[in-house]
Amino acid sequence: MSIKDQAAVVGVGATPYYKRGQSWPETELGMACTAILLALEDAGLTVQDLDGFAIYSYACDPAQVAATLGVPEVRFAASLTSGGGGSAGSLGLAAAAIHAGMADVCVSLMTLQQRNRRLGGSAVAGGGGGGGGGNPYGGGGIPPTQAFTAGSGIISPGHSFSMLTRRHMHQYGTTREHLAEVVISQRNNAIRRPTSLQREPLTLDDYFNARMISDPLCLLDYTMESDGAVAVITTSAERARDLRQPPVTIMASAHGGMGRWGPAIATYFQMPDEYFASSGHRPVAKRLYEMAGIGPEDVDVALLYDHFSPMVLMQLEDYGFCGIGESGPFVAEGNIRWPNGKIPVNTHGGNLSEAYIIGMTHVREAVEQLRGTAVNQVEGAEIALVSGGPASLPVSGTLLRRS
Amino acid sequence: MSTVRRGVYPTPLTDPYADEHTQPFWDAALEGRLVSARCTNCGTFRLPPAPFCFVCQHREVAWVELPGTGTIYSFIVVRHPLRPELAEAVPYVSAVIDLDGTQGAGSRMLANVSDVDPETVAIGDRVRVVFDRVSDTLAQPRFVPA
Repeated sequence: MSIKDQAAVVGVGATPYYKRGQSWPETELGMACTAILLALEDAGLTVQDLDGFAIYSYACDPAQVAATLGVPEVRFAASLTSGGGGSAGSLGLAAAAIHAGMADVCVSLMTLQQRNRRLGGSAVAGGGGGGGGGNPYGGGGIPPTQAFTAGSGIISPGHSFSMLTRRHMHQYGTTREHLAEVVISQRNNAIRRPTSLQREPLTLDDYFNARMISDPLCLLDYTMESDGAVAVITTSAERARDLRQPPVTIMASAHGGMGRWGPAIATYFQMPDEYFASSGHRPVAKRLYEMAGIGPEDVDVALLYDHFSPMVLMQLEDYGFCGIGESGPFVAEGNIRWPNGKIPVNTHGGNLSEAYIIGMTHVREAVEQLRGTAVNQVEGAEIALVSGGPASLPVSGTLLRRS
Repeated sequence: MSTVRRGVYPTPLTDPYADEHTQPFWDAALEGRLVSARCTNCGTFRLPPAPFCFVCQHREVAWVELPGTGTIYSFIVVRHPLRPELAEAVPYVSAVIDLDGTQGAGSRMLANVSDVDPETVAIGDRVRVVFDRVSDTLAQPRFVPA
């Protein structure tokens, strides 16, 4: 029993993308419902058909959404654990629910409004004040397990990914020029796309003049902060054939990671040498290709989660597009550029230049590529890879195929 | 909180908020000693201390005093202050450190490394621990060039 080819993506919907905070007075709930309705309409379905929520990072409260939209009956409601690492994997969760007969039509989504909260900011709120009136952990709310790292100065995701990047540079000779190639090639893709939040051309000089945040990563290596919602509708491969859009088959999906990767990038860093300067995706990639019965050479376009530019490099290695440690020279040769690179990457501009909706924009782009409607269409694209994470375990990957 | 010095990350802690697994580390720190939990069954070091050995799932540990020296495994130079009070501290260096006397992965420490030149600090540099006495219950480990 496998979910291979059992389910298909049949609908995609999205709100506009906004810079951080600018979606107000919309709300996360409102944007989620908007995206879901658009995705159902895209599929030729209605709220009456929806019965499953297969989400990640606890993107929304299905109870609230179901009540708001008047979903007749919820038959499946589950989230992958942890954060953005589950974005691509939420499609696998949907496929599993559908294949097991627990739901007929699932939605996977992300809705994000960073008005009152910012992702990726400082992890240690406040400070000092031991004894901490009422807080069991005292001032700052720092539990014993985190006390070991709280004084280290590593206090944000950007710091953590810089740590992996420095090691990658040391081990393999990766350079800032290689990071710049990721950033600039994605910006070139974003420029052509009306939905992109960053459409100004970017030169190598611009890159090297950008403010250094957490050396070796500069401002342009970081994702932007955005608001918006993207929803995706999945149903059985059989039912998909009768719907409005050409179905996009879920060939395979996997999530997880090596146990000792664990909370690797959340101030942990105890993973063995061979995994340290990596994206944590290697075991997921192996299972993914095995399930699909294909290899990296069969993938036509890769939508790789890019909250930080170096993680594109490490995923290129972990998903087998180049050898371990060879991603720098690989991108320097133009291999990830659209349209002529060996494996066009993040043809929508990615988190770095289009918008950051915690991975769901990548799923949207994969579907558009396989429907043949992408702005930066990869000619004849039949198979797309989408990834979620690098992050704490689970990270995830999904292979989609044009039907 | 004491005066902020450039290159030194001002710990937000005034107390380690320790539990039964972590208290011995902080007790030793107050005495200026760097210790690690070591599995009494298979000898694997584990930091941060945890209730089970990740190799053999054994629970019992011995607390072993380490030389207090180590090697920078990776590092970052934080140049942008994420909070206003860090403006006086940046640039500061934070590192993952392989501790001498341990097997490395599984007992690495994450720490601020001060008194180094952020432009020349490198992976492989040798460092040693010092402890900042923050309060009666907390001595915060920091590393400096060995």
